[in-house]
Amino acid sequence: MNAFLATVRRDLLLALRRKSEVLTAVFFFVIVTSLFPLGIGPEPVLLKKIAPGILWVAALLATLLGLPRLFAADHADGTLEQMALSPSPLGLLVAGKILAHWLLCGLPLVLLAPVLGLQFDLDVSTLGILTLALLLGTPLLSLIGAIGAALTLGVRGGGVLLALLVLPLYIPALIFGAGAVEAHIAGLGAGGHLSLLAAMLALAVFFAPWATTASLRIALE
Amino acid sequence: MLIVSGLACSRGERRLFADVDFSLAAGEWLHVQGENGSGKTSLMRLLVGLSPADAGKILWRNEPAPSTEFRRDLIYLGHHAAVKEDLTPLENLRLAAALDGIALDERAALAALIRLGLRGREELPVRVLSAGQKRRVLLARLLTRPAILWVLDEAFNALDVAAVKLLGELIAEHLAGGGMAVLTSHQPLPVPGGKALVL
Repeated sequence: MNAFLATVRRDLLLALRRKSEVLTAVFFFVIVTSLFPLGIGPEPVLLKKIAPGILWVAALLATLLGLPRLFAADHADGTLEQMALSPSPLGLLVAGKILAHWLLCGLPLVLLAPVLGLQFDLDVSTLGILTLALLLGTPLLSLIGAIGAALTLGVRGGGVLLALLVLPLYIPALIFGAGAVEAHIAGLGAGGHLSLLAAMLALAVFFAPWATTASLRIALE
Repeated sequence: MLIVSGLACSRGERRLFADVDFSLAAGEWLHVQGENGSGKTSLMRLLVGLSPADAGKILWRNEPAPSTEFRRDLIYLGHHAAVKEDLTPLENLRLAAALDGIALDERAALAALIRLGLRGREELPVRVLSAGQKRRVLLARLLTRPAILWVLDEAFNALDVAAVKLLGELIAEHLAGGGMAVLTSHQPLPVPGGKALVL
């Protein structure tokens, strides 16, 4: 468990030394979600209708932006090799890296979403559901993305391949995440959608670090 | 006790080596020699368990390796710098130890860096250090990580005369304390004794 926390601390420290890499994804999210209200104009009914989809798609793409770097730097400088040879289980270290990725690329999106949602004329309770859905959904995106990042490690042009590989897997998260907000707006209650998101998250927490570790071992051969 | 028998490795169609046998007991070391491309690095990676062997067995304390036990007793330093450029040597050492589940206090880390001749560099980011100094940061791990088997691939590269001598001393001390080492190098090594394996 100490090794897990040490990995999180290490990746946060590294991100602190290279702030630009983290801020890129966050600013991308802010700008993309702001472009739509500016482009469509002041039409509250339309904006309210498209808000969940746009915020979720922007969150998907922003998460994707940080994914290629998740293992690439450690792979290039040989520290990933050292992790694989460490007496600590590699799966634990990988889980730490995924948590650090979420704290850096996912959590800021969750915290910004209520502010950005205001541009789409969402009311307070809807913003709450949106934030809750993102809170359950963004860790899922990091977990699934890590598998893709590990599979495309060391592949030339891996960034595009990663997007092609991971985006289809993000579809369930997108449907239930955006669906939760839409259901709430329609007055149907978001409980079902959120429960399904939480179930997918529980499943991913269990399997994704394991699958990522297996892919990394192959990439290191 | 490390026993390797019948180890074979191929890359694509090309057979790099086959039937590699050797064993190491406490205090012994092996010098792996061979031309460029003869498979020295492949043998090292195979030995530590980073890549699977085509055939053959590796036994560590009579248990098949790689196991958690084996990894606890092993330190492998390869061609890579294996240090983070944005962190200081001190942070690098302490975080590497923490990842291995070892608590390393600042004094011990500092002592290791001083022994490697990095006094006054411990708070600089590694990216401003020279290639030889980066190598020294990595070598400091030999002092901070208790391991029995040292697998060092071309560890003498990029080091100056003093550092080569120092690393020779470190290896000799390690062997005298009952350790084992597997080294690759094109140069004659400043460590007495040792078995040779030519690929």
